[in-house]
Amino acid sequence: MTPVMVVFGLLGVVVILTALGMLLSRNAIYSALFLVLNFATVAVLYIILGAPFISLVQITVYAGSIMVMFLFVIMLLGAERLPGSDRLRRQRWIAAILGLVFVAQVILFIFFRGQLTAPVGTPPATLGSPQAVGTTLFTTYALPFEVTGAILVVATVGAILLTRGAALPYSPIRKEEK
Amino acid sequence: MMMPLAYYVGLSAIMFVLGIIGVLVRRNALVVFMSLELMFNAANLLFVAFSAYFQLLTGQIFVFFVMTVAAAEVAVGLALMVEIFRTKHSIDLDQMSEMKG
Repeated sequence: MTPVMVVFGLLGVVVILTALGMLLSRNAIYSALFLVLNFATVAVLYIILGAPFISLVQITVYAGSIMVMFLFVIMLLGAERLPGSDRLRRQRWIAAILGLVFVAQVILFIFFRGQLTAPVGTPPATLGSPQAVGTTLFTTYALPFEVTGAILVVATVGAILLTRGAALPYSPIRKEEK
Repeated sequence: MMMPLAYYVGLSAIMFVLGIIGVLVRRNALVVFMSLELMFNAANLLFVAFSAYFQLLTGQIFVFFVMTVAAAEVAVGLALMVEIFRTKHSIDLDQMSEMKG
């Protein structure tokens, strides 16, 4: 029982509990806050795995901007408490049981097949550093990086166009209603 | 840092299945979106774990791309949510059944 194992166990418990909390809480704002904690915990796992750049991107992009966007939309719509509909009562249990079966399969496979028991060694500190990531991103993966920028621009334009609503006479959403 | 790789794979599988159950069970469209993000996160954890295991940077680069695409997807998805809420005054997924044959 090394200290790293204890830390990993604690982080894993927090990850699973926050995911369960997101799944089970009735209030959507609580779900979002649980998910923020989940992302932050996974960021700590990234640091353990020797990926500091990805870890900080995780905190700023995921736990920061994406979840703020979620919270903003939840509060804007006032949709934090929806009355639960009971139409899928039976399917709910089937989903949970099938999920449990899948997790059991994966874990049994991992521990009885024994292929993945090799330890994750300590990567050199230069592997996941911002300098290494940036160099790789702008040399080997320059074209995918530019495509990513194009995707973000398209998504931004699309989001703005979708939410402008009835103010535009040529809005794609409202066109068929007129 | 000597954790067996299997532990990361197991944790990622549990996170992924919790995300799937969230997508299948919850009726609030925003919570379904959050479960989707949880599944992205499980995949990202696996990428970073294998990146450290093989001492290759490619996994981390891919995680970076997954994050940007997820951000774009969330922006468009939330815009769609707002628009659906404007027209139907609800984001309960059970009520979005107009295209049912």
